[in-house]
Amino acid sequence: MSDPQPQPDDRAGRCEIHNNRAEIAALGERVVRAAEQAGFGEASRFAVRLALEEAIVNAFKHGHSDLKSDVPVRVDYEVLPDRITIAVTDQGPGFDPNSVPDPTTEENLTKTSGRGLLLMRAYMTTVTHNPRGNTITMVYEKPAPDG
Amino acid sequence: MASGDSRLRVQTEDGITRVEFVDRNILDEANIQAIGEELAQIIDNSTNLKLIISFANVSHLSSAALGQLISVNNRVRAKEGQLRLSDIAPQIYEVFAITKLNKIFDIQETAQDAVESFS
Repeated sequence: MSDPQPQPDDRAGRCEIHNNRAEIAALGERVVRAAEQAGFGEASRFAVRLALEEAIVNAFKHGHSDLKSDVPVRVDYEVLPDRITIAVTDQGPGFDPNSVPDPTTEENLTKTSGRGLLLMRAYMTTVTHNPRGNTITMVYEKPAPDG
Repeated sequence: MASGDSRLRVQTEDGITRVEFVDRNILDEANIQAIGEELAQIIDNSTNLKLIISFANVSHLSSAALGQLISVNNRVRAKEGQLRLSDIAPQIYEVFAITKLNKIFDIQETAQDAVESFS
């Protein structure tokens, strides 16, 4: 088929993602397409895409900093009519999310990194970590009415 | 003009250098690094630099892209040049606002506004 219809199972999935732009982009497209089908507007899709990207980049950059570059992270996602849940699990030792400095304070404002978690928290409804700190779970609840 | 595998379109006119991104999504770490290196070259090869970075084509950008822009800003300041950002869509501007980077960048609505803002 030249233009295949997205399959019902695109609304949820579990996959292993390598630190590879094509794989990350394909997953982002899949989640965004499922979100669109579920009636999430452009602003919602922007938020979810951004949070997903930041979570995966953080998982590789920080979680896998001492691991081989071909070790994948796991991404679970579920798109429901009223909410989208994304969990990214790395295979690193985990971290304490409370130890991340606030990048918006004056002394940190010109630092060139450390904004990913802030953006995820700003765009998603809830962001939580497991006790070990190697799984981040993000929930986006559809605003009403959605833009 | 973008040449070779450049991720930027660069145009210099009347002493003002305008840069646009080739890609709609500024997400890929390798591309972001390449963009930073290309901009660094422009900055280092200029005197009295007046640089406009337009986001007219940009739909998505990551925190890594923001970090690279901060490096560019620092480099321009070290050379006593002037940097303006322009044509930022509301969704993208929100990213600057959340991170409070709208406080450190001089953001103009359009490239023409940016041209007129240079001292």
